[in-house]
Amino acid sequence: MGDPRAAIAFEWTKIRTVRSSLWSLLLCFLVSVLIALLFGWVLRGAYDDMSAQSKADFDPVGSGFNGLRLGMISLVVFGTLTVTGEYTSGTIRASLAAVPRRGVFYAAKVLTGTAIALAVSVVVVLVTFFTAQTAIGEAHNASITDDGALRAVVGSILYMTLICAFSMGLATVLRTPALTLGILVPLFFMVSEILNNLPGVQKAAQFLPDAAGGIIMRREAQEHMILDAWSGMAVLVAWVVVALAGGYLALRRRDA
Amino acid sequence: MIEVQQLTKRYGSTLAVDGLSFTVDPGRVTGFLGPNGAGKSTTMRAMIGLDRPTSGRVLIDGRSYTDLRYPLREVGALLDAKALHGGRTARAHLLGLARSNRIPDRRVDEVLNTVGLTGAADRRTEGFSLGMAQRLGVACALLGDPPVLLLDEPVNGLDPEGILWIRGLMRQLAEEGRTVFVSSHLMSEMALTAEHLIVIGRGRLLADTSVEQFIARNSRAYILIRTPEPQRMRDVLTDAGVHTDDGPDGTLEAVGTSSEKVGELASRHGVTIHEISPRTASLEEAFMQLTADAADYRAESRSADHG
Repeated sequence: MGDPRAAIAFEWTKIRTVRSSLWSLLLCFLVSVLIALLFGWVLRGAYDDMSAQSKADFDPVGSGFNGLRLGMISLVVFGTLTVTGEYTSGTIRASLAAVPRRGVFYAAKVLTGTAIALAVSVVVVLVTFFTAQTAIGEAHNASITDDGALRAVVGSILYMTLICAFSMGLATVLRTPALTLGILVPLFFMVSEILNNLPGVQKAAQFLPDAAGGIIMRREAQEHMILDAWSGMAVLVAWVVVALAGGYLALRRRDA
Repeated sequence: MIEVQQLTKRYGSTLAVDGLSFTVDPGRVTGFLGPNGAGKSTTMRAMIGLDRPTSGRVLIDGRSYTDLRYPLREVGALLDAKALHGGRTARAHLLGLARSNRIPDRRVDEVLNTVGLTGAADRRTEGFSLGMAQRLGVACALLGDPPVLLLDEPVNGLDPEGILWIRGLMRQLAEEGRTVFVSSHLMSEMALTAEHLIVIGRGRLLADTSVEQFIARNSRAYILIRTPEPQRMRDVLTDAGVHTDDGPDGTLEAVGTSSEKVGELASRHGVTIHEISPRTASLEEAFMQLTADAADYRAESRSADHG
């Protein structure tokens, strides 16, 4: 029962008629591309002064994608607000009255949000890649046909999309933007960074969702890592499945 | 038609609705009356699948709400008018709901016109007054042109003109043959709009009756008698087969008689009379009387409010 396609049309209409979602997606693009441009320019100038070791380790693909991690905050915000907006405003009751099958409602919301995140990520990652490589300059940059470059591009698109889906699942469990973003933003942009630089916990820290999924953004995997590009992506997928399942169980059980 | 069957809803240790059963028929406005916290909103939320009953069920024309493929075309509900995303316009809010149930887009403009919000259609709802939000809520309920309407306290926040409008609208919808179920905590409001009443208190059914019957049964009419000789007057009336109660300040209250008859009896037996006047207890008093237990209970357990 229920009409999943109508439910998706409902979610799409809700997302495109709220400015905050449009702004967060635009911000994702601007932040990612501008940082890529900045990094590229800086690297172009700094390359000649780098040590031989640094030159050998230089990864133009990974360096060019540095801005994506920041742009991703906007996608996390987008995914979170798409879900929590229903709860903070109270429209969840009108929405569930319109689509009373909770599974249909939830699937439509997650699919619509994730599809938008995917479309935005494709544009953002491609523009970021070519902007960064152009800025780094032909002498040291990577081409999309280079070993690992295409994998990094495709992987980054998946990475950003999955992180948004993860945010939607967690947001459905927690229901408030303050709590959801209060957990996700520090987790994604500080905690895993800090843990990854502590020798003792480094092995465990790479299994955090953003760290595991982010491995693929580099052209080559680092030696000390247990996970590589695709096993890291699989770990992120597992996290997303857990978060989405948690969201579904919470939504199904709760009164609205 | 709405059938509530042995509906029970428990929140933790609080029993919000307790074995409630009643039927709401089409073609008339049915008032759903009870003091705040009696379980009205819980019952209405259960009707549209927002709250899961602990036990029992609600059927809409024989089917459970959650089994309806396009529920907005079957049931229109106004529950919490202020539940709007402030960043969205009134039109966008309605458009989303229309798309969710494959209702043609033109209905959006139609219902906006019906509720008098055409001028505010493209304004974001964060600036809406409670009255405007209430009108938008009614527009949402009417969107799918449903045969069943559930309105939770629709009069709240409306100005006098808006109150007249919603009363007329509810009567019109009932005349069109729809099932109109309206909750209120004000008996006087229901007396003006409803034909039938479901009264609950403490989550239990207290009355399921027509408004006329409810008034006849619950509004006690009597003749107030003020006299310096109450005992003699009482004897005279008792001998004539008229029952009397003691009123306040030494007055008598004669039940089931007329002021003419009391006057004649007093005159025939030479009893001094200072006042004879017919009195009727108000509907509001009758309602208070009926729900007194429920109200007492609410005052004791404020902490668990699941209105």
